[in-house]
Amino acid sequence: MNRVLDAIPYARFLGVAVERVDGALECVLPFREEIVGNPILPAIHGGVIGAFLELTAILRLADESGTDRVPKPINFAIDYLRSAGPATTRARADIFKLGRRVAVVHVVAWQDDPARPVASGNGKFLLQVE
Amino acid sequence: MSTNQPYALESLFGPGRADMTSHTPHARYLGMMVVETGPGLAVVMLPYRPELIGDPVRKVVFGGAITTLLDQASGLAVACALDVLRAIATVDLRVDYLRAATPELDLYARVECYKVTRNIAFIRGIAYERGPDDPFASCLGTFMLGANAAASNFERFIRPDTPDGSEEPS
Repeated sequence: MNRVLDAIPYARFLGVAVERVDGALECVLPFREEIVGNPILPAIHGGVIGAFLELTAILRLADESGTDRVPKPINFAIDYLRSAGPATTRARADIFKLGRRVAVVHVVAWQDDPARPVASGNGKFLLQVE
Repeated sequence: MSTNQPYALESLFGPGRADMTSHTPHARYLGMMVVETGPGLAVVMLPYRPELIGDPVRKVVFGGAITTLLDQASGLAVACALDVLRAIATVDLRVDYLRAATPELDLYARVECYKVTRNIAFIRGIAYERGPDDPFASCLGTFMLGANAAASNFERFIRPDTPDGSEEPS
């Protein structure tokens, strides 16, 4: 898992870390000034939240499949539910469908309270056959 | 959108103001540049850098970085569609990855805000590295208008008693 994370420069760039919480994979996006999109609120850039959701989906798939290959995204849709403030953001992904070629992954991100998500994502990925 | 329609941000975002991403820390951090703006239109460039790679085998830029570029251009396109400046919040954004972006080339996003209602703005856009006729990604999104900047949480705007569909004069 961490090998996949380490191999993705953009993940290091964002400072994303992976934890196991109650057996489930959880991704952590630490807050720093460089990821702010709206300095007045302040709020994390919507694109960073989207990237973090997509990264969480990819890491979840890599964890599930046990390969180091990065699945190819077909598309990714993000719903922005709340403004993401200057705090640590966490995300979990569920694999809704793992087919032979395509996987459908749902991701939820939150800050203080998992019951108050800041964003959710729905991605389809083309699985790369070794 | 008429090409002659004035927009509130014209003086700020007009030609020669490539630095206007500087108010957005993450855009500045990534070195994004505004290439072009017009009524309901924004073209933004993301310079290639190895840190943006998502697939180390194929050396392809991470999809999330493309999302960031498209989100930035989308917000700007919405801002450029408004005759009076209002707060803007992304409601949703969907990105289709049409093909892999060519490694080591700067990436461009061209986004059009094609409809503005009282509360919602609709955008569509593409991302490309060589020309807009050969995009590697496309996107669709919606933005909430008038979300109070002080009370950033826009839950209260998503109420069933605020049906939409009314139009701003355009």
